[in-house]
Amino acid sequence: MSKNRKLGILILVLVMLVSAATVFNYGCKPKEAEKITVKIGFIGPLTGNNAKMGLGGLNSFTLAVNQQNKSGKNKYNYEIVSFDDEGVPQKGVEVATKACSDPDIVACASHYNSMVAITTVDVFHKFGVSSTVWGAVLPDITYGNDYKEICRVNGTQVEQNEYNAHLMVDELGFKKFCIIHDTTDYGRGHLKYFTEALKKRGIEPMSIDGVSIEQKDFTTILTKIKALGPEVVYFGGLTQSGVLIKSQFDKLGVKAQFLGTSGIKSDDFNSTLAEHAEGTICMLDGAPIEKMPGGPEFKKAYEEAGFKESYEAYGPFAYCAANIIIKAVEKVGPDRAKLIEEINKTDTTDIIGTIHFNEYGQNDIPLVTAYISQDGQWIPWDDSLYKKGERVLPGFAYREGKEWINPYKAP
Amino acid sequence: MSSFAIFTQIIFNGLMLGIQYSLIAVGFSLFFGVLDVINFAHGDIFMLGAYASLVLINLFGVLSASGSSYIFFLIMILLLSAIIVGTLGVSFERIVVKPVSKGPPLMSLVATLGLGIAIREAVRLFYPRGSETKRFPEILSKLLGNKSLEFGGVILRYDNLLIIGIGMVIILLLAFFINRTKMGVTIRAVAQDGEAAEMMGVNKNLIVDVTFFLGSALAAIAGLMNGIYYNSIIFGMGGMAGVIGFSAAVMGGLGNVYGAIIGGFLFAMTESLSAAFIPKGSEFMDVVAFGVVILFLVFRPHGILGEKTYERV
Repeated sequence: MSKNRKLGILILVLVMLVSAATVFNYGCKPKEAEKITVKIGFIGPLTGNNAKMGLGGLNSFTLAVNQQNKSGKNKYNYEIVSFDDEGVPQKGVEVATKACSDPDIVACASHYNSMVAITTVDVFHKFGVSSTVWGAVLPDITYGNDYKEICRVNGTQVEQNEYNAHLMVDELGFKKFCIIHDTTDYGRGHLKYFTEALKKRGIEPMSIDGVSIEQKDFTTILTKIKALGPEVVYFGGLTQSGVLIKSQFDKLGVKAQFLGTSGIKSDDFNSTLAEHAEGTICMLDGAPIEKMPGGPEFKKAYEEAGFKESYEAYGPFAYCAANIIIKAVEKVGPDRAKLIEEINKTDTTDIIGTIHFNEYGQNDIPLVTAYISQDGQWIPWDDSLYKKGERVLPGFAYREGKEWINPYKAP
Repeated sequence: MSSFAIFTQIIFNGLMLGIQYSLIAVGFSLFFGVLDVINFAHGDIFMLGAYASLVLINLFGVLSASGSSYIFFLIMILLLSAIIVGTLGVSFERIVVKPVSKGPPLMSLVATLGLGIAIREAVRLFYPRGSETKRFPEILSKLLGNKSLEFGGVILRYDNLLIIGIGMVIILLLAFFINRTKMGVTIRAVAQDGEAAEMMGVNKNLIVDVTFFLGSALAAIAGLMNGIYYNSIIFGMGGMAGVIGFSAAVMGGLGNVYGAIIGGFLFAMTESLSAAFIPKGSEFMDVVAFGVVILFLVFRPHGILGEKTYERV
């Protein structure tokens, strides 16, 4: 056999093998693999003091993306690129810039902490990348600018504090309030909107005290507050400070109702404080998971997915943010500019109910639910033993000059 | 509550803080005295003390014990956490601090800052769910009940009184150790003039080890007290505690143990009183307290009890 003939046969065999492999591959390969993969960013505090909230958000976001990828109905395959903002503004700007600098990332779902979210709005605007906020509640994030890039699924401090004041003053009849807030934009926002909501009802707070988020000792402030004899002590801040304040509040024997915001609505508040958490009231955007239109299905799917961490307070909003982004990509393709327009037009229904973004990109169908800590769990106020009258609210007992007997039973 | 009652309560709160700050500040002064270094990892050693105590409480199942065995367990936790963290302090000193102590001050500054970050991040990464706030059991409440001494609206909880009592006993024991024991005299000799002490036959390496053990053990006890007082601990708690401890040591006179104790109480009282009596004081109490530290650095850099030093050229 001549050398050329041998070479010819070898080439022929190779061509046949390659052809066979291509045909085999075409027949067997799942259809999804042909789809273009679109990257979407998730930014939240995955480490640091608020890591639990961030991981709950990321898990929920992942659940939505996995469900969409498995559905087989979509034109694109979706891949999550997650970034850790550590709940720190500087880090938030750093990772937002990193996400926006990656041309493959078409849109982001961003931030749990308000002070981080407010510092990154300019970054998303500058790069022209859509950012759907899934957890931060400071109103200025959407209302403080006219950036089309910024939208938000969850509610804001305005609705939270309006509802907070409504429950405490109009429904429960409390009139004497002392306010503690952290000195970040987040805490100052709560102070502003809660004070406004009180003033609408003709009530001036008895005292206002700002505290640093680094502060550990609140005994001096609480001693002053105790001397004023308020009916309610309101705290506008996050769990880490909230835990310390409530613990010292009890030890100093402050006889008042303790009231928080969405910032303390975390499992950590209950698990760290145990019996000291009992009777604390807080607010959260949206309905309780069981009462959300798609809540039970979400909860079941989340549990089946086997995530280690709980979905926490803002997981359902992160889940919706993923669906909003994917729906927009399916409609207009992976184009950053078109996505900004499309996400702004969002008018849809998801597990939390109807989601409609107004001219500021804010979901304007606000719903706020009050929760009370009961036996180490956050129970919706309307379903609680306190609302039903089977347990006495600390604030009611103290208002009547009685001692409050803590009815806490370990879960 | 009358103004007097508010003032009394605030002073008591200040004392609670002061005990913890003093025990941290003493470490800074001791290390500076014998090795001329400022150990910026000391705040994280304090954090290690709190975590070591929590691990021991869970390990021994202390909360299920009762009666005299419960008291025995509490004493064991205090001693063991002090010994464990003291030993770790000596290890850090040998591995990180001493090798750079003879170099320019900047080297020891960077090395100890790095060591502090490494300790903090190690706890965050390797302690189960280390990034979360951890509940610290109310171990003294179980012993004393949730009872307190009450008069005119002032509440002095028995567990807090016990913490102050233990703190005071430790400070007295420290004073006895420094003044009345041979080892204490040797530490003072090394602090005064290390070279002269070595010429007199003092084993300086041993003294440095003992000093780091003592300082770290005291920080561990402060960490345990902090956990009991606040009922929660977190990996980042050492950062601010370290800065305050160092500031207190500077106010008292870096290198002087009694100065550190006074500085700790002075810093705590400045914080408490400014939060109480300055308008919007709670927002500015750190500004006021650190402002006082700056005033000390400008007008009395050797602190309250520190000695003036002159360098002849």
